[in-house]
Amino acid sequence: MKNFFSTRWGIIGVGGLIGVFAALLQKLGNPGNMGICVACFERDIAGALGLHRAAVVQYLRPEIIGFVLGSLVAAYIFKEFRPRTGSAPVVRFVLGVFAMIGSLVFLGCPWRAMLRLAAGDGNAIFGLFGLSFGIWVGTLFLKGGYNLGRTKTTHTSVGWMLPLTMLGFFLLMLIFPHIEGQGKSGVLFYSLKGPGAMHASLIISLAVGLAIGFLAQRSRFCTMGALRDLILFRQVHLLTGVIALVATAFIVNLIVGQFHPGFAKQPVAHTMQIWNFGGMVLAGLAFALAGGCPGRQLFLAGEGDGDAAIFVIGMIVGAGFAHNFGLASSPKGVGPHGIAAVIIGLIVCLFIGFTMRKRVS
Amino acid sequence: MSIIVDAGGLSCPQPVLMTLDKIKKIQKGEILIKVDTDTSKENVSRAAQSQGWAVADIQEKEGGYQLTIKK
Repeated sequence: MKNFFSTRWGIIGVGGLIGVFAALLQKLGNPGNMGICVACFERDIAGALGLHRAAVVQYLRPEIIGFVLGSLVAAYIFKEFRPRTGSAPVVRFVLGVFAMIGSLVFLGCPWRAMLRLAAGDGNAIFGLFGLSFGIWVGTLFLKGGYNLGRTKTTHTSVGWMLPLTMLGFFLLMLIFPHIEGQGKSGVLFYSLKGPGAMHASLIISLAVGLAIGFLAQRSRFCTMGALRDLILFRQVHLLTGVIALVATAFIVNLIVGQFHPGFAKQPVAHTMQIWNFGGMVLAGLAFALAGGCPGRQLFLAGEGDGDAAIFVIGMIVGAGFAHNFGLASSPKGVGPHGIAAVIIGLIVCLFIGFTMRKRVS
Repeated sequence: MSIIVDAGGLSCPQPVLMTLDKIKKIQKGEILIKVDTDTSKENVSRAAQSQGWAVADIQEKEGGYQLTIKK
């Protein structure tokens, strides 16, 4: 059976739908130009769990739970669930940590960079240049033989680890729902103000997350892959999906009054352009070396890829580092140690890129 | 006698890179490619077709796929 979603119109349809959903989620309560941001939402999850204590970014985002579980459902329905692991998991963890740190210096993952652009935030342009540059460096390593080695088929339950973790998170939300005016409910932390306090209803967030998870698994939607394939193979397949996302998000933003062109005072953004660029160079390189954008890693984890699951956990832990160590930016600018973290992250990524070039036999 | 590319256990873009490498090397003929995910199967097919090669056969094998491409 031909997979419609992997065709040109399939990927355009999925990208377009994600753009519509993202802009509407913002309208329904999600933070500014953050209808969907995988890095920000995983950072909020880290906050909800108390892995960092930045009071304004604590919420167990149901979209992320939906992404993984939606992908799991699609993978089972279409017989694509393949439990696998063993391709340098610890390296993927480290790449996840630095991908998150780079994203939080820019203030957004590639998904949010596109959405910020679609809402008129000019600072996103510098981030997208950085992202492209980071991915370009990644393609040089790929051409030079970089790879993290082969995975092995493993127990089904290995593939279930991240989906089960997400189910556990969802149960925690049901057991400990937000109590009006309270910053803590049982074991979970909630924001009373700031981006963490802004969200669409649980049901809507979860439903949209599940739908996107399902469709993205089918279509292999990947924001990093879009640029990588363009640079590496001159192939625009995935890129058409990303362009569709920007286009539909832009149109919906115009309709609902969310398009505000400019640089200053953009929501959850700063204007230190060198570090908008630099943060995303780091993130782009880390995503390229790990083989997928943060969304794609969630979808892969949903279809049984244990190494992608490790990358996701790395990102969540990385968010803890980012806020506990003052690495994350804020609308005022970069954090006190953000610049040092980007430089260290780049050195680590270059080390990984240069040293893991063994040709697979 | 066809050439075999074993991309089992490797995730994209590796299977595509390995396939394109071989395509460049032999220009014409037949290549067997082993991959283990549907994504790799689709990506390798797409890449081969973009180089003017035809996907002659796809078989399920050992929990993955074996693609035959020809030119």
